[in-house]
Amino acid sequence: MAEPVLEIRDLRKSFGALKATDGVSLDLRPGEIHALIGPNGAGKSTLIHQICGSIPPDSGTIRFLGRDMAGIGMAGRAGLGLGRSFQVSSLAQEFSALRNVMLAVQARQGSSFRFFRSVMGDRALTDPARAMLERVGLSARADVPAASLSHGERRQLEIAVALALEPKIFLLDEPMAGMGPEGSKNLTKFLDGLRREAPILLVEHDMDAVFALADRVSVLVYGRVIATGSVDDIRRDAAVRSAYLGDAV
Amino acid sequence: MSARETAANILIVALLTAIPLAAIVLDEPFYLTLATRIVILALAATGLNIALGLGGLVSFGHAAFFGLGGYVAGILASHALNMEPLVFGLPATQSMPVIALVAIAVAALVALPIGAISLRTSGVYFIMITLAFAQMIYYFAVSWPAYGGEDGLPMALRNAFPLVNTAKPLPFFLVCLAVLAAALVLFRLIRGSRFGAALQVGRQNPTRLAAVGISPFGIRLAAFVISAMVAALAGVLFANLNRFASPSMLSWQMSGELIVLIVLGGKDRLLGPLAGAMLYVFFEYTLGGLTERWQFFLGLILLGVMLFARGGLLGILAGRTRHG
Repeated sequence: MAEPVLEIRDLRKSFGALKATDGVSLDLRPGEIHALIGPNGAGKSTLIHQICGSIPPDSGTIRFLGRDMAGIGMAGRAGLGLGRSFQVSSLAQEFSALRNVMLAVQARQGSSFRFFRSVMGDRALTDPARAMLERVGLSARADVPAASLSHGERRQLEIAVALALEPKIFLLDEPMAGMGPEGSKNLTKFLDGLRREAPILLVEHDMDAVFALADRVSVLVYGRVIATGSVDDIRRDAAVRSAYLGDAV
Repeated sequence: MSARETAANILIVALLTAIPLAAIVLDEPFYLTLATRIVILALAATGLNIALGLGGLVSFGHAAFFGLGGYVAGILASHALNMEPLVFGLPATQSMPVIALVAIAVAALVALPIGAISLRTSGVYFIMITLAFAQMIYYFAVSWPAYGGEDGLPMALRNAFPLVNTAKPLPFFLVCLAVLAAALVLFRLIRGSRFGAALQVGRQNPTRLAAVGISPFGIRLAAFVISAMVAALAGVLFANLNRFASPSMLSWQMSGELIVLIVLGGKDRLLGPLAGAMLYVFFEYTLGGLTERWQFFLGLILLGVMLFARGGLLGILAGRTRHG
């Protein structure tokens, strides 16, 4: 089996008496979509924050491309190829959709200390950015400020920004949240193709999407991974059924 | 830029050029001094606007750099006049371009550690720590008798500028105006550049900036230092205008004044600081002529701006900000 791109070992994080992450081990292999599911309060967000570098773990290791991430901040991890989308859209609100993507292109080119040349006439930025908007189907809205985009369009823009970074892995935090059924279906199809470019760690509540996309599923409950396996394994797992899925599945 | 903002900018520049013309026609050289004061304050505020308007860094300590510029001008000129070498036997100078370069370099050297420490914090803490650094420099200047202490440092002559007689009001005004024009070009270039894009995203959403892999710290530090360099340049001109390097240039009131200029004129706008400086000096002159407590009325006006016209004067004239 191929080396995992992301390898989490025995990660622990407590907030006072609350063990938000309680010995989580998890990995993401090349070419796969690994879905992370769990009820509200299971510690999914805390785990994501630790992977991104915005919260330090109490103990345990996160290895990304074989490298220990301890001491590397959010910007550093993003620079190494950790592309993410946020649960709550996090964009430069005053900037147009195009400029949001251009920033990511600029970051990938590693060239933010250029003080004089105008970005708007710089085709090294605008061409790739437009191509990304085209891919997610936002071309027509390129010049609209992020603040004026609809909820669904902002989710698309988040994906376009993540794509423009050409990351080594995607970390998508509830990309379907708040999307209509049509939007979810389109995005599911889109993500299905995306796994060929980079593996995806997908945190998602939409079970249809998870079951359609995931190669493997991990179930997080009270900060612990209670099961990891294929979609079928998870559907059959008794512990998962009682803890999370209930009788609905 | 919208057509309306262009029109508003033309109006402001026209008003600014009208003042020296009026001074010549009415034979009122004092108007020229006022216009020069406007230009220099606008220059300092344009510098601050790189940090504050573009980067969202509310520095309450930019008087430190403004005052440093003033003291560099005063100290170098007084040494040159008295034929005293500076430290390590370096010769002093009266040449304004050289003094400006020294002031810019000194400001950069001082701003680098101040920024590096202050930018570890944000929000109110950033405001307070920049204030604290500026106060340290203020008290240092006040308690250093060699250069005037509390009394400040008078300059017998204005610094010399090649081919220009800086002692005359009009040529000196034109020098200041040219420097302001250069600073505005710099501001505009920075705003449209890759660096400017990162800086502005850092203001709008620092998490987004970090998530694409750009650390906000380095970007902000560079903006803080550039901004301090421009403020120091303004300080050199200000000391020359008054022929006096005053400790009040280093005071927290001065830092506040620079912020007020930007808020009055419209932050994040190219000509916001200039519009603010015109308004400020206009109030200072007219209201100040009526009552010593003119700043009370300035406070009322500021209150009005904060409540009803967040975009400042340019916001009223040019409509809402739009971003490409």
